[in-house]
Amino acid sequence: MGNHADIDRHVKTYILVFVTLLVLTMVTVAVSRLHLPVHEAVAVALVVATVKGGLVASYFMHLISERKLILWVLGFTVAFFFFVLLLPLWTHWDPIHY
Amino acid sequence: MEIPFTVAERPDTGLNNGKIGIWLFLASEVMLFGALFATYLMMRTGAAVWPRGDSILNVPLATVNTVVLISSSVTMVMAWASLKRHDFGKFRLFQGLTVLCGFGFLFIKYLEYSHKFELGLFPSKNTFLAIYFTLTGLHGLHVIGGMAVNAYLWGPGSKLWKTDPEHFTNRVENSGLFWHFVDLVWIFLFPILYLL
Repeated sequence: MGNHADIDRHVKTYILVFVTLLVLTMVTVAVSRLHLPVHEAVAVALVVATVKGGLVASYFMHLISERKLILWVLGFTVAFFFFVLLLPLWTHWDPIHY
Repeated sequence: MEIPFTVAERPDTGLNNGKIGIWLFLASEVMLFGALFATYLMMRTGAAVWPRGDSILNVPLATVNTVVLISSSVTMVMAWASLKRHDFGKFRLFQGLTVLCGFGFLFIKYLEYSHKFELGLFPSKNTFLAIYFTLTGLHGLHVIGGMAVNAYLWGPGSKLWKTDPEHFTNRVENSGLFWHFVDLVWIFLFPILYLL
């Protein structure tokens, strides 16, 4: 990012992302009031949260134009993150049923 | 001895040291919160019954807090953009607003916590409250840490702008990356704890 015109263009994007994040926040709250079954509610909430998180990471944190080294580091981090998240599933495969 | 590559890019990484440092730190932070999210998942899937967050927690207050934190992310990135435009006055305005939003977030969290304590809802009460206070408490500590750095850069740390503006802009960008991460964590905490 260099000259003022570039920055002005990015500022417009920031405002657009901000409005989108606000709208998605309202969508999350509105959907929760529908009292959907647990699985559907979790799916909708996580999809919306992931879109919001993606917008923050891509535009506010500039990942959309970041160097490949950073993207590789984050790629590994995300892989390990999901590995840690899946660890609790092993407790359900416990062969000792007590 | 001067710290090398604070502004110039290292030939091997193509990045300045501050940038690679903050991203590696954020990677470790992802794993820290990942471990706690995994704990939440295990507690929840292993529990016979689990309360809906909105039956215990205050959703309107948390929604306001979400808006406050998202707004602070925008003011943070605008502070950095102001420095890129060489407008130090605007930087001070947006950086100040970011710190104020942090105070606003913590004040609302204080209202939530104190109301829970008045009702006798402590972390020891049940598993839901234990994980709620652990996750939001750790997140709150991150908010305080981010505010401290942002306030420093707004105040005494901004002297660097006069002597080395590019280095100062990089510092603001790096503190901003941490602040956006704090926002990102909250974006997931809000539905998981309050709405499901």
